[in-house]
Amino acid sequence: MMLNYTIRRLLMLVPVLLGMTIIVFLIIHAIPGDPAEVILGEKASEESKQALRQELKLDQPLYVQYGDFLQNLVSGNLGTSIRTKEAISEEIMPYLAATLELTIVSMVFAVFVGVNAGIISAWKQNSWFDYISMLIALIGVSMPVFWLGLMEQWIFSLKLQWLPSIGRMNPRDPIETVTNLYTIDAMLAGRWDQLWTAVKHLILPGIALGTIPMAIIARMTRSSMLEVLRSDYIRTARSKGMSQFLVIYKHALRNAFIPVLTVIGLQTGMLLGGAVLTETIFAWPGIGRYIFDAIGSRDYPVIQTGILVIAFLFVMINLLVDLLYHAVDPRIRYD
Amino acid sequence: MAETAAKVQPVMQPPAFTNPWSEGWRSFRSNKMAMAGLFIILFFIGAAIAAPLITTFDYKEQDLMGRLQAPGGTHWFGTDDLGRDIFTRIMYGARISLWVGFSSVMGSILIGTLLGIAAGYYGRWADMLISRGFDILLAFPGILLAIAIVAALGPSLQNALLAIAVVNVPVFGRLVRAKVLSLKNEEYITAARALGMKNGRIILHHILPNCLGPVIVQGTLGVATAIIEAAALGFLGLGAQPPEPEWGKMLSDSRQFIATAPWTVIFPGLSIMLTVLGFNLMGDGLRDVLDPKLKN
Repeated sequence: MMLNYTIRRLLMLVPVLLGMTIIVFLIIHAIPGDPAEVILGEKASEESKQALRQELKLDQPLYVQYGDFLQNLVSGNLGTSIRTKEAISEEIMPYLAATLELTIVSMVFAVFVGVNAGIISAWKQNSWFDYISMLIALIGVSMPVFWLGLMEQWIFSLKLQWLPSIGRMNPRDPIETVTNLYTIDAMLAGRWDQLWTAVKHLILPGIALGTIPMAIIARMTRSSMLEVLRSDYIRTARSKGMSQFLVIYKHALRNAFIPVLTVIGLQTGMLLGGAVLTETIFAWPGIGRYIFDAIGSRDYPVIQTGILVIAFLFVMINLLVDLLYHAVDPRIRYD
Repeated sequence: MAETAAKVQPVMQPPAFTNPWSEGWRSFRSNKMAMAGLFIILFFIGAAIAAPLITTFDYKEQDLMGRLQAPGGTHWFGTDDLGRDIFTRIMYGARISLWVGFSSVMGSILIGTLLGIAAGYYGRWADMLISRGFDILLAFPGILLAIAIVAALGPSLQNALLAIAVVNVPVFGRLVRAKVLSLKNEEYITAARALGMKNGRIILHHILPNCLGPVIVQGTLGVATAIIEAAALGFLGLGAQPPEPEWGKMLSDSRQFIATAPWTVIFPGLSIMLTVLGFNLMGDGLRDVLDPKLKN
């Protein structure tokens, strides 16, 4: 049953992924500007530009270029960056890891604070805690992330000087990269001082990026909890004399968590691609910045592959969440 | 004579007819959060319309001698790095943000509703095609797709507006499609069809009015999202171009002065947040009124 469903969902992904490649390909090739000129500079001779266009196959008709692109993609060749001449599949890794590390930290913050605030708000409905945390959540979803980031930098870096305002690491003490997740790398090297530095760099951007999901998760948890707390089995658990804490965290949360899980999955996917603003503010060398800079320098292959990689991860995370439902709630039937 | 007539006439009062709109308004009015939202929105609309009456400054007028002045009597919110009055720029900026918010959402609603009805009502291959299209668009993180579209079309406010509208089409499309699917098998639709009503009439008179509630709710929340997205594109230099007083652009232009002149960054950001908060509050309130099933 489960296996069948998984296979069917994977098959359904094929047209979606194909459609995504077409859209991205078309958008990218609609970008005005001549990559040959960008690479060689405005003063380059027409012959050398023409030669480069030929080398990059930019003179071929669109469908031929798309065919090549798709063929390469299927065979695992993600292309070469026009600007750096490096294979994108290798070049992209540190950027991807940087965004991944930031996303994980943000989501841990968002889930921990959001779920607990939501639970307590539902538990103490209409209390001061409920009002204040829901007000914070409302402000949180309305907050432009780039402004929140700037305010954090102003208060915690410039005024109080508690935390570094930009970057991932102290540039004079570079980290020995293995996984490109700096916190893990620092631990692998046994450099606890570096771990502390990496963590300090993660706090401000992590909170900035995690605020919107935190607010959404808090609101979702609260409303889902309120519904569950009214159900018969909770009344039964209470009348058995079970403690409030156990009733809520053991019985109620289990059912209330299912809709929250969707939100968590959806938000994780959004953060991966939506981090470009946070990355801009905090000079975080992540995938969003990588793509944004590539747009500036007309690096077609990088823009193409970058967007597709993110969209692919987004689709996969959503699939994973769907499948996870089953684990959390066996009542859900796949048909 | 007149007295007896008055006594005889109203024996049986018809049941009091309550207009659903006035009933909705009453319920909306009793919702404090929603009213706060409405108030914030009206406040910014008022500022946008009355900007030339409230302020004597010009939003483009530079005063290099008076750059980066702290908030005070003449310049309520201070001045920016070119000596322009920030209060004035924020009020004129409200025009841009509200315009982008409303018009892009209108565009998304129009196209989304058409596609949603086509998919939901006619089904089959139309549904297959349109729904997959929505899936594909929704598979991209919104801001990234908007960035790519603006990069392709060239940075400007118009193109940012267009990109935001495109990105949000599937949100409304899916909503309408789901609503149509649930309405299609209602008995009164079957009855209308049995009476020989044409598809176009059924859609116009029975399906569309029933989609209105959820679309209004989602539309109000959508304006909030659109305003944030427009500010984000402006911040990245892909939206409104100088000297337009767009709030996001104001933020990115001033961020280098945050240490010495924090007011240049605080006020534009605060304006974005408040406007968005207003639409979010009102959207939540409207949901309680128009979509009672979702109420806690």
